[in-house]
Amino acid sequence: MSAVTQDTSVSTGRVTRAFIYLVLILFALFYLLPLYVMVVNSLKPLPEITGGNMMALPREWTLEAWGSAWSTAQIGVSPTGLKPYFLNSIMMVVPAVALSTMIGAMNGYILTKWRFRGDVWVFGLMLFSCFIPFQIVLIPMARVLGMLGLAGSVPGLILVHLVYGIGFSTLYFRNYYAAFPTELVRAAQIDGAGFFRIFWRILLPVSGPIAVVTIIWQFTNIWNDFLFGASFGGVNQPMTVALNNLVQSSTGVKEYNVHFAGAILAALPTLFVYIVAGRYFVRGLMAGSVKG
Amino acid sequence: MGFLDISNVTKSYGSVQVLHQVDIAVEEGEFLVLVGPSGCGKSTLLNMIAGLESITSGEIRIKDRVMNGVHPSKRNIAMVFQSYALYPNMTVGQNMTFGLEMHGVPKPERDKALADVAKLLQIDHLLDRKPGQLSGGQRQRVAMGRALVRDPDVFLFDEPLSNLDAKLRVDMRTEIKKLHQKLKTTIVYVTHDQIEALTLSTRIAVMNKGFVQQLGTPKEIYDQPANLFVATFMGSPAMNIIPTKVVLEGDAPHAELSDAEGNRVLLALNQRNLTAWAGREILLGIRPEAITDPEGADRNSGSIRPLSNVVTVTEPAGADTFVTMSLSGKDVIARMRADAAVHPGQRFEFAVNMEKAVAFDPQTEARITP
Ligand SMILES: Nc1ncnc2c1ncn2[C@@H]1O[C@H](COP(=O)(O)OP(=O)(O)OP(=O)(O)O)[C@@H](O)[C@H]1O
Ligand SMILES: [Mg+2]
Repeated sequence: MSAVTQDTSVSTGRVTRAFIYLVLILFALFYLLPLYVMVVNSLKPLPEITGGNMMALPREWTLEAWGSAWSTAQIGVSPTGLKPYFLNSIMMVVPAVALSTMIGAMNGYILTKWRFRGDVWVFGLMLFSCFIPFQIVLIPMARVLGMLGLAGSVPGLILVHLVYGIGFSTLYFRNYYAAFPTELVRAAQIDGAGFFRIFWRILLPVSGPIAVVTIIWQFTNIWNDFLFGASFGGVNQPMTVALNNLVQSSTGVKEYNVHFAGAILAALPTLFVYIVAGRYFVRGLMAGSVKG
Repeated sequence: MGFLDISNVTKSYGSVQVLHQVDIAVEEGEFLVLVGPSGCGKSTLLNMIAGLESITSGEIRIKDRVMNGVHPSKRNIAMVFQSYALYPNMTVGQNMTFGLEMHGVPKPERDKALADVAKLLQIDHLLDRKPGQLSGGQRQRVAMGRALVRDPDVFLFDEPLSNLDAKLRVDMRTEIKKLHQKLKTTIVYVTHDQIEALTLSTRIAVMNKGFVQQLGTPKEIYDQPANLFVATFMGSPAMNIIPTKVVLEGDAPHAELSDAEGNRVLLALNQRNLTAWAGREILLGIRPEAITDPEGADRNSGSIRPLSNVVTVTEPAGADTFVTMSLSGKDVIARMRADAAVHPGQRFEFAVNMEKAVAFDPQTEARITP
């Protein structure tokens, strides 16, 4: 990888360089602005927001809004805070991401190393699933979940996201494994390794970069999904839906500081995943194209 | 019945037939080389022996056991791939013992086999490295080591040296030959390099367009090529092929040629049965080393014929000098000692060793056998 990142920049003069930095810093500030507003206002008592300047730092720092958003705020009919919904989201996103990544890896392995008649068609259809808008499947999906007895449950949501995620994860892994030398698989066959052993011992250990890409992609999509959560969540709604209920509630005063804290809570997990795995993300996306 | 029997084997991909009626019996301890130009089906045949490709029709037997449909790991073969195919995530040691592990060999035995082979190939110091940390030559050794550890009935090599630089290739070639002489294992080796084929093999199968053109010892292949393809494919520079008419002088057959200035030249042919071709065209094949200066000619040959012609180009190549002349309108290459006194543009007395000349039927391109 180092060979790739070296020598990709052209040398520039000092003035140009200063200009480039200036522009970059301005853009960075611009992008950070919303986060700043959210953090600052979540740390203020409510009167300071309603009576003051949105951009100002808090005069009185307080974590009260955070506590309220997490455990006591009114969500829908009950004052539970976002906590139970956060847990719903975690229980939904972890298995859905894990399963769709594993199945995608297995599909990619089969589609590249165990080719069969019509495999191109199968792959084409899976690709197609990436382009189907969510809205189209709502009604058939509701019916299927109903028949399976999974309507309004976390397992139901896992299933929905799993089905939707497989198209993408298969695409990622297939393209990654297409560049993996088939001779290695043949060598392993001669060595006596079977279908699963080759996958487990030969391919998976070198799949790190693409696995990270897939996990980030699936995690962000599933965590941020609203439509499926609102449609199929029932009483087990995920974080996004709960946040909406919190912010949109039409009764009582609008507690903006609580809303800001809740929104940050909802964004934290994806932020965390990006920061931890982000640099592998770019590497993984590059791997197939540069190494060839 | 051989140790490895390939009988009447064909291979088709859909309606395209890539191998036609291949029949080769390999004896135990033989070093068989499959050689031919790109796309002739060498790798396909090797992969069929390995069990990586299915057999369309015919039979492959190892030690009298029919191998059709038998899984690659159950054939007791080992294969060395062109790309080496070392598992990138495993160390050299793990790479080499992976096959034994998969076959359920206990750890102490695996370690012993590994130590023996590592010593034999002088890679003991590399066992803890990953393949990415090895040079090309070292990877090549590890790939061979992985095959040797298994102690298989048959070794299969698919162009194992083609990714090495020229010098290393020659060294490894010698090494493989030594290894074969020491271990006496049965080897099937694929290459498109005819020098590798001639130096390594005990027998060669020359292939073209899915057909085995000739199967024989290196000497047979080189001196008695079955047809025009084998004659020109094996040997470097390639055998000179000169279209000529057979004429009778007395009752002896001669080749009628013309030199660079258009003068008629007659070369007496050794092959008596060519009298039957009197008045007809043949293709005369003479290898470059059979055309020399008179001092450099083979003293044991009874048929050195003089041939006077104008030298077109000389190309000194260290030990030899290649000399080009025009004969019957064709460029003909001669191979001489480095200090032969030849000069471009001047007339020179060539000496042609007609014992080594061969003749081909221009229609069928098959050799006219004596
Ligand atoms: N899966 C396939 N489908 C169709 N044709 C194939 C397939 N695999 C190989 N072929 C054809 O079979 C022929 C023989 O291929 P093979 O790989 O055995 O050639 P080769 O002699 O090993 O050549 P090279 O020296 O380039 O490796 C080629 O013409 C190739 O196009
Ligand atoms: Mg090949």
